[in-house]
Amino acid sequence: MNTELLGVVATFIITLAIGIPLGKYISKVFKGEKTILDFMAPLERFIFRICGIDPTKEMNWKQHVAALLSLNLLWFVYAFVMFLFQGSLFLNPDGNPSMSPHLSFNTAASFLVNCNLQDYSGETGVTYLTQLAVLMFLHFVSAATGIAALVVVFKAMREKVTDKLGNFFEIFVKSITRILLPISLVIALLLVFHGTPASFDGKDQLITMQGDTAHISRGPAAGMIAIKHLGTNGGGWFGANSAHPLENPDYFTNMVEVIAQVIIPVALIFALGHYLSRKRLAWVIFGVMTIGVLIFLYPALHAEIKGNPAIAQMGPSSSGGNMEGKEVRFGAPASAYWCILTTVISTGSVNSMHDSFMPVSGCMQLLGMMTNCFYGGNGVGILNYYIFLIIAVFISGLMVGRTPEFLGRKIEAKEMKIATIIALLHPLLILAFTALASFGLVRDPSLPWLNNPGYHGFSEMLYQYTSCSANNGSGFEGLGDNTPFWNITAGFVMLLGRFLPIIGPIAIAGILAQKKYIPESSGTLRTDTGTFGLMTYAVIMIVAALAFFPALTLGPLAEYFSRH
Amino acid sequence: MKTYLLPSLKLTAVLIILCSVLYPLLIAGIAKTAPGQGKGVTLSLNGKVVGYENIGQKFTKDEYFWSRPSAVDYNAAGSGGSNKGPYAPDFLASVKARIDTFLVHNPGVTKEQIPVDLVTASGSGLDPDISIEGARIQVQRIARKRNKNEKDLFDLIDKTKEKPLLGFLGPEKVNVLKLNIALEGLPK
Amino acid sequence: MTSERKKAKTMKLFEGGLVKEALKHAFVKLDPRIMVRNPVMFTVEIGTAVMLLVIVGILFTHTHDQGSLGYNIFIFVVLLLTLLFANFAEAIAEARGKAQAESLRKTREETPAKLIAPVGELRVDEIQVVSSSSLKKGDVFLCETGDIIPTDGEIIEGLATIDESAITGESAPVIREAGGDKSSVTGGTKVLSDRIKVKVTTEPGESFLDKMIALVEGASRQKTPNEIALTILLAAFTLVFIIVCVTLKPFADYAKTPITIAALISLFVCLIPTTIGGLLSAIGIAGMDRALRANVITKSGKAVETAGDIDVLLLDKTGTITIGNRKATNFYPSNGVNAEVFQERAVLASLADETPEGKSIVELAKTLGGKTQASDTLLAEARFVKFTAETRSSGIDMKNGTRIRKGAFDSIRNISEKAGNAFPEETVIKVKEISSNGGTPLVVSENEKVIGVIELQDIIKPGISERFERLRKMGVKTVMVTGDNPLTAKFIAEKAGVDDYIAEAKPEDKMNYIKKEQISGKLVAMMGDGTNDAPALAQADVGVAMNSGTQAAKEAGNMVDLDNDPTKLIEIVEIGKQLLITRGTLTTFSIANDVAKYFAIVPALFIASIPALQHLNIMNLKSPESAILSAVIFNAIIIPILIPLALRGVEYKPIGASALLRRNLLIYGLGGILVPFIGIKIIDLFIGMFF
Repeated sequence: MNTELLGVVATFIITLAIGIPLGKYISKVFKGEKTILDFMAPLERFIFRICGIDPTKEMNWKQHVAALLSLNLLWFVYAFVMFLFQGSLFLNPDGNPSMSPHLSFNTAASFLVNCNLQDYSGETGVTYLTQLAVLMFLHFVSAATGIAALVVVFKAMREKVTDKLGNFFEIFVKSITRILLPISLVIALLLVFHGTPASFDGKDQLITMQGDTAHISRGPAAGMIAIKHLGTNGGGWFGANSAHPLENPDYFTNMVEVIAQVIIPVALIFALGHYLSRKRLAWVIFGVMTIGVLIFLYPALHAEIKGNPAIAQMGPSSSGGNMEGKEVRFGAPASAYWCILTTVISTGSVNSMHDSFMPVSGCMQLLGMMTNCFYGGNGVGILNYYIFLIIAVFISGLMVGRTPEFLGRKIEAKEMKIATIIALLHPLLILAFTALASFGLVRDPSLPWLNNPGYHGFSEMLYQYTSCSANNGSGFEGLGDNTPFWNITAGFVMLLGRFLPIIGPIAIAGILAQKKYIPESSGTLRTDTGTFGLMTYAVIMIVAALAFFPALTLGPLAEYFSRH
Repeated sequence: MKTYLLPSLKLTAVLIILCSVLYPLLIAGIAKTAPGQGKGVTLSLNGKVVGYENIGQKFTKDEYFWSRPSAVDYNAAGSGGSNKGPYAPDFLASVKARIDTFLVHNPGVTKEQIPVDLVTASGSGLDPDISIEGARIQVQRIARKRNKNEKDLFDLIDKTKEKPLLGFLGPEKVNVLKLNIALEGLPK
Repeated sequence: MTSERKKAKTMKLFEGGLVKEALKHAFVKLDPRIMVRNPVMFTVEIGTAVMLLVIVGILFTHTHDQGSLGYNIFIFVVLLLTLLFANFAEAIAEARGKAQAESLRKTREETPAKLIAPVGELRVDEIQVVSSSSLKKGDVFLCETGDIIPTDGEIIEGLATIDESAITGESAPVIREAGGDKSSVTGGTKVLSDRIKVKVTTEPGESFLDKMIALVEGASRQKTPNEIALTILLAAFTLVFIIVCVTLKPFADYAKTPITIAALISLFVCLIPTTIGGLLSAIGIAGMDRALRANVITKSGKAVETAGDIDVLLLDKTGTITIGNRKATNFYPSNGVNAEVFQERAVLASLADETPEGKSIVELAKTLGGKTQASDTLLAEARFVKFTAETRSSGIDMKNGTRIRKGAFDSIRNISEKAGNAFPEETVIKVKEISSNGGTPLVVSENEKVIGVIELQDIIKPGISERFERLRKMGVKTVMVTGDNPLTAKFIAEKAGVDDYIAEAKPEDKMNYIKKEQISGKLVAMMGDGTNDAPALAQADVGVAMNSGTQAAKEAGNMVDLDNDPTKLIEIVEIGKQLLITRGTLTTFSIANDVAKYFAIVPALFIASIPALQHLNIMNLKSPESAILSAVIFNAIIIPILIPLALRGVEYKPIGASALLRRNLLIYGLGGILVPFIGIKIIDLFIGMFF
């Protein structure tokens, strides 16, 4: 095996090696057991005191949702206003302008929902103030929101019948103080010592060897890059995101960043196993998710390593792979690995330009976001998976002749209603809005939206809404998306694609927690077996992927077949 | 929801201080001890800063090792890629043009020998590296231009190239700016 | 068994008469007001209507951008067939259920009833012959030898042997008498001897059977919670594909690919789960029908489903686990008593004993080859002593003065000790030994002297432990309920292989046990007949009352077993499971079908303008038209092909939940993916000859 593939394998192994103990740690944090970061307790107590929060006051699921929405509403207003006036505020050494209202709306929504679609460019669209006090702040709190929502569901899945599911603020604050902040600090320092800037100095100017004048954007980027990955956010400091050599200076930082973005989603699976004392279930979920990822990864790796046949036809050897939009220091395999990981997880940071990937890889990236539950974003990945789990439990429960039950609770009409609405939402948002955009282009083909003609152009639009609905944030960046139409429609898709899939699972879990607990018997369908895992995978692929088959046919598949 | 608004507001304020003020300041502080003091590592030639180690710059003159094509013309204040689809006609046309340009400047090189990274634009537009092949293929041109022994240039590439991480992870590559600085340093 | 009932039970899947009626109903059910109850098929109906408009449009405008007239008509017809097939499935299931119920009802319709008319305050035996249908609740009628009992009721006076074969198919007559737990009579059964007065217990048209018929007919059929949840899921799948198909139009416009309305509707109809949507109600009705076929009347569809979920099964020992009553298995004479003599005495003591135990003693002696026929003269002059609660023994006083008694250990000990005779030690030991082996000892004395012990044993039904094993694999815990002492109960429980037992059970013990299990989240089923079972039957999640039981018991339970067969519970559990499995597997099959249908239709949609997509046509279908037609035809004919499976139900195999899931996933999941590939290809080969 060559060094490039070895790098990919090593990255995955390290992820697992860190993920398992980290999961145990996260579980202990939320169980209130002793951990090495207990020295944070005084800080937390201080925060609760000055905020007037009683962390011991338990909430039911509806109160959790209310608290979650209160926080998010405030952040949204705050971010919107800040972007609107950033040009005239302090900490703006490069003199960047304020945003238009529709771009403010889009950007506020995008960062609030952990999507981090960027219709602006990092170097010129935001100021140091908004980068740090708005974007980086939202990186932390949106990730913590996802984790906290999942922990509420963990608490509801325990065996006792209850409507008391802990205090949302307590879970939320601990997600930051015990998980996100300390780990981000470590990652940021690793980056700093490999060349990522962290100072508050503005742009630099110099004369190059050839005699050109170069302006070099810098800034306190390291901290933000750490949390953008750890929080599965993806919104970077620079326009080129993690392809930028200051944001991601070498192969080591590339490994750090791609591990950082998947580490909490992976750890949360094992946290679930530890928290509920259902290790087998955790391993089955991990297995299904990993197989899901590998099935998307293989074609992408293959296509990128093989390179672009259209270029090979013109002469140059394709031994380097498909290098358009990629960096030499990462190479095609590590870029392909990253592109799949960043799309299955809702990070959406890129170390190479997705628009320029081969059609097969583009198709896999799209599928990663369409399924949106293989590892998935912080907290929300498992929440999405939970929805499919409920549907899988329902169908397979019937298949073995029992009224379906999951972890001792019967799944009935009400839960199915919520689960199907959430499962429906994703294809609805993606297909309906892509249809709207297609309709717009049919009416007025002169609209300057697409950077590429034909099928690839269609993929750009499909990718945009898929990315928004999945709260991913990566893009086929060729799309000219800083227009009122794209900013506003994408903003709505992101908001809907975020909050309904969080509220749904909390509601289901909350309702189930109040139901009678039925102990397992030999007739109970076990959800921690390979067979059930396979069933879940089939449900995910059929519900989440099959609906998109015609759309994919007109996009990447048509593009692929027209060359093969 | 109303009951949660006030604590939410206070919590937001506290967390802005924690995450957006204390956290980056702490990192900036520690970064002072890092190479480049957290401002990026610069490289100098003859005592004059000529660039950042990690930021690729434009090399189009025949006496230098060329960098990769850049969709943003190596504008380090506005990074980005071409975002062209792999089969987009205009993209393929520009690749064709790059191949032709390269062949004109490197007589004796066949188009099959050109490594793909030299005719494709990077994702950031600031790629500081090229492949080893990409450097070696340029040796003939530079040797002729600079009246140098080809072997010395090959040796220079070998000396400057960066091995995979720990020797076995990731690609081998060579930093164009470092290579060109070293090139300038060769005895006349 | 009456021929009517026999015919109904062995009815073919597609009985000529029923098919005719079902076909008629298939058209009646096209009424949108009826269709709207089934969201999946309703959308198909809308699609069919749109196709009709397209055809009309083509006829009037003579345009050709929607494809040829013939092609559009063909699609329309296939869609209409899809609807009719689905309606037919429901109609045939209803017809079968109805036929089943009718065959029961016919036996009791319009029989003359001897109404005892109340005169003033007093009821005198003034008998009017009226029609059975005019009997109201509270009326009293008379039945004598040879009469058909006109309606359900409770005996208030008298005793009779009754032939219930019309209902149960069991030819052995049963005895019903006033008071106690065997007081109930069923309309349609025949009095073989004696006369009884019966009080009508139900209003006309409200008997269990009437309720059952209404359930099957669909008028009052309510969806069960599980059906509702599944309908939601299917509606969601339908909605997804509405979105898919509606958005495909602008997508195709962007790609400059015109799509005909026929193709779009075909894609939609193929993708939505029409297979399960069309068969769903048929499956539910068939479940109830299967219960009825097993001679169980259910009061709701939900009860059948719940039966599939049962965790704990309470079973009466007698009749369920053991054959009827105890049987004599051994004679143990005391020391110094001749074995043959003892045997003879034992027989003499039992000759007048009409209980099964008594008879079994005579039988045992017969098989051992001893003397069993006492001379008539001897018997004629003898005096039989009947069993009383006071003496707790029975026997015979012979002319020569010999007094033989047999009875429980302590009662015979009393007799012998009163007479001053010592109770032999070895007999005490024998008695204990028999008890601890699960048997019941009967001590025999002659002239107040103990002469030996008869061992009575419960005979465990052959094959019953295998059935319990099967239940255990289903995850059902079995509990034996018995009046025996704990020692005997434990022995039998172990031998029969039940998981738990309740010994010396009183009615409230059952109730408490059920409550205890329910608190821990279990679902409990039980069977009962007596009035004192009623609270427990009501408390149990599935309470099956025996038809011979009291009215109170029948009202309390949610099923009535016409056969009075205690092992029926096991069958009911399987019927419930089968019902759910059939739904689950057909849902899986239906959804898995989509993969192949996509590969048939999607390339066909775009191939004209994007020839490269020919690569996606992996089935190598001949032309876009034939591909689309093949897919919709497959989609339509799979419904009637699966009707037999829906009606019969997918077999339940007790191999553990995970193994069962694996098996069904393999058959219906993988099968569901592969079958349509083959089916569509075959249809295409055929259609390709014309298109």
